[in-house]
Amino acid sequence: MKYLRFGYVTAPLLGVLWTFVIALTVAITMSFATGSAFRPSGLGALIWGAGLGLACLPGPQWNAIVAAILAASAALFGFGPIVIGQGVSALSSVLGAGASAGFAALGLWIILDDVDFGAINRHVSEAALIKFLTGFGYIFFTAIVLIPFYVMVLTSLKNQAELIQNPLDFSIDLSKGWDLFRSYDELFRQFDFGIYLFNSFIISVLTVFITLLFAVPGAYAVARLRFRGRAAFSRSILLIYMVPMIVLALPIYIAFSMLGLRNSLGGIVMIYPVTTIPVALYMLQGYFRGLPAEIEEAGLMDGLSRLKVIWKITLPLSLPAMASVSLYVFMIAWNEFLLAFMLLDDPSKFTLTRGIASLNSSEIPRQHLMAGSVIATVPIMALFLGLERFMTKGLTAGSVKG
Amino acid sequence: MSDVSPPKGTGPLARLEARLAWGLLAPTITAVALVVILPLLAIFWISVKPVSLSDLRAPEVVIREDIRGDDEAAGDAASIRYRLRNSSQDQPIRGVTITDTIPEGLTVSEIDPRCTLDGRDLFCDMGDWDGGFRESLMIPVTVEQAYLDNALRPQDSLAVITGRASSMLTNGTFTLDNFKRVFDGDEFWSVLWVTLFYTVFGTIGALLFGLFAALLLNKSFRGQGILRGLYLFPYVSPVIAVAFAWILLFDPFSGSANALLIQMGVTQEAINFFGQRPLALIMVTLFEIWRYFPLSFLFILARMQSIDTDMYEAADMDGASPFQQFWYLSVPQLLGILSVLFLLRFIWTFNKFDDIFLLTGGNAGTRTLTVNVYEQAFAVSNIGAGAAVAVVIFGCLLAFSFFFFRFISQEEGL
Repeated sequence: MKYLRFGYVTAPLLGVLWTFVIALTVAITMSFATGSAFRPSGLGALIWGAGLGLACLPGPQWNAIVAAILAASAALFGFGPIVIGQGVSALSSVLGAGASAGFAALGLWIILDDVDFGAINRHVSEAALIKFLTGFGYIFFTAIVLIPFYVMVLTSLKNQAELIQNPLDFSIDLSKGWDLFRSYDELFRQFDFGIYLFNSFIISVLTVFITLLFAVPGAYAVARLRFRGRAAFSRSILLIYMVPMIVLALPIYIAFSMLGLRNSLGGIVMIYPVTTIPVALYMLQGYFRGLPAEIEEAGLMDGLSRLKVIWKITLPLSLPAMASVSLYVFMIAWNEFLLAFMLLDDPSKFTLTRGIASLNSSEIPRQHLMAGSVIATVPIMALFLGLERFMTKGLTAGSVKG
Repeated sequence: MSDVSPPKGTGPLARLEARLAWGLLAPTITAVALVVILPLLAIFWISVKPVSLSDLRAPEVVIREDIRGDDEAAGDAASIRYRLRNSSQDQPIRGVTITDTIPEGLTVSEIDPRCTLDGRDLFCDMGDWDGGFRESLMIPVTVEQAYLDNALRPQDSLAVITGRASSMLTNGTFTLDNFKRVFDGDEFWSVLWVTLFYTVFGTIGALLFGLFAALLLNKSFRGQGILRGLYLFPYVSPVIAVAFAWILLFDPFSGSANALLIQMGVTQEAINFFGQRPLALIMVTLFEIWRYFPLSFLFILARMQSIDTDMYEAADMDGASPFQQFWYLSVPQLLGILSVLFLLRFIWTFNKFDDIFLLTGGNAGTRTLTVNVYEQAFAVSNIGAGAAVAVVIFGCLLAFSFFFFRFISQEEGL
């Protein structure tokens, strides 16, 4: 490690790594955006990365700028960190070359902020490495999260022939106007997705209400009241959450087949809350424990009964927790697939997830499948982004104590 | 002066409180008992019974009724035909009886010895039926004018059938064949190995990714909230939607990933990511990591933000480098939450079914224990064998929870 702690070693090393990361990112982005042939070049990244690294060491800014311009023009002639294929439009080429060289130089300028040309101390070299890793991490996580969703949305807007012709070309022909949304239109008109959406919504809302109805008193009892077996009980709640759904689904399927509850939304509404009650109870009791008991005791002294205390004091105080638990339960019910898949066979009673599963056949074009996925994803995403703060707090409230 | 000592045992107030607590918990306990405990017991019961998918319906008498011969003019001879059969091929039905009403205007000319006629009410005692039994019961009748005048035909009045059949689920036949089947051959060990690989690497991967992402976002900057929301997307969106997006992305014929790899010169021909061993197993594990790193990320980030920053300032003053700070300060602080997350995620990954089921359907060497339950119960239609696999899963889980309680109670004081 000691021999690496010289600016003239650290800078080219990080330069090569960073330039390659940027070249790869730009190549993938440009390919996905335009469908044209871009690819990173290992050799190019090695040569230009080392050069850019040295040029971006602290010093006059024009060093870095000149190096970036050189790298960009080299890329245009086919020797840069990024290789541009035949027949790529001039605009895309300039954009790709410029972006790869520019972002590489900009990133290195920030990464190598404190690094000197000569010997550097451990602090500085590690700080530079951490900056590199941070930049890499942002790009990496954003890419892996976004790419599947990007593919999902854009596939739903294209047609089968276009998809097979060039699987990389996600550019959209805006001149088509509303015709772009044909898959969605067909899903709602021919495949009853309106009904599925409605079913999913009703089931999820009912699940939330029933879950809260059961979980709030239970959580209060576990959090506040003293009774024998309390510790054992609060542990077994989580234990129940450990039982795999598929193990339960089998007997439930048998029981529902015999009782004639399959293919009924009532049956689903009976089952879903029970799968969410344990986790809701667990989250809520964590929150209730954090509330000051003195307020409740004051209420008791003033003559309220326990139930009134829960209704008038505890519940209003725990509205944020209720919101997060509701959101989480709604999400579980909305996304639930296994039980809906096993218990529902009648297309008029499908939930959204079951409806999407029914689109997975070779006769139905795949943009329909993706359009269905988008329809299922968008509402839960919107809800979640709007209430993200509650979600983050609520999920971690139960177990993490400061 | 009398002895003053603290009261012993539970006082009336404490009893009242305990009673209230159990009262508040009663609905939850009932619901959970009905939907969790009862099915679990049922699984044990079914696992020792030779039940297949078709046995779920108890055998029943299938009856079709129609009129044969001329029934156009008065005086015609026709017959009412009952076509009867046992719906099950191997289960008997005992004490089958049929009760029906002969429509107005048909005179029964001759009666089967097993049947009796009381006015218009026909009653037949058909005795015991073996599996696969079928018969046509003919009742010859003479048509009268009254029959032609009204619209009531024999098939309009519903025949009432009684019969006792023992369902495979409730009778006294037991077998250990299901377990023999499950443990038989190499398949079980390969399934177990796949499950362990998936669980161990899925869990560790999700934890490491979550830790990395949490380290990235453990500082405040503009757009931190957006990135945090973005990184939770895989966890929040419906599994079926993202699973199909992955399948499409990695499709061997028209998938973007393959097109990209070919264009970049990494591979010459398309790779069948979800269709070949051992790549399919690696892909489903990656999917698991991708989908669940947000959860670990969320928990680890919450723990990180509650660590006191003074400590880091002091370490900075003492000259600790960033990596030293991470290794000697952050990691010990995070060990508690990391071990809890490991145990939780380990069990949840072990239990995971939908992801693999949607991505590969358990093909190409990705069949885990949970997928095996479905495979045995529904694809092979052997419910008993499926239940036996479920019992094996449950046994594993009991072992895990034992460890879980030993460690988690120390770490987080549950």
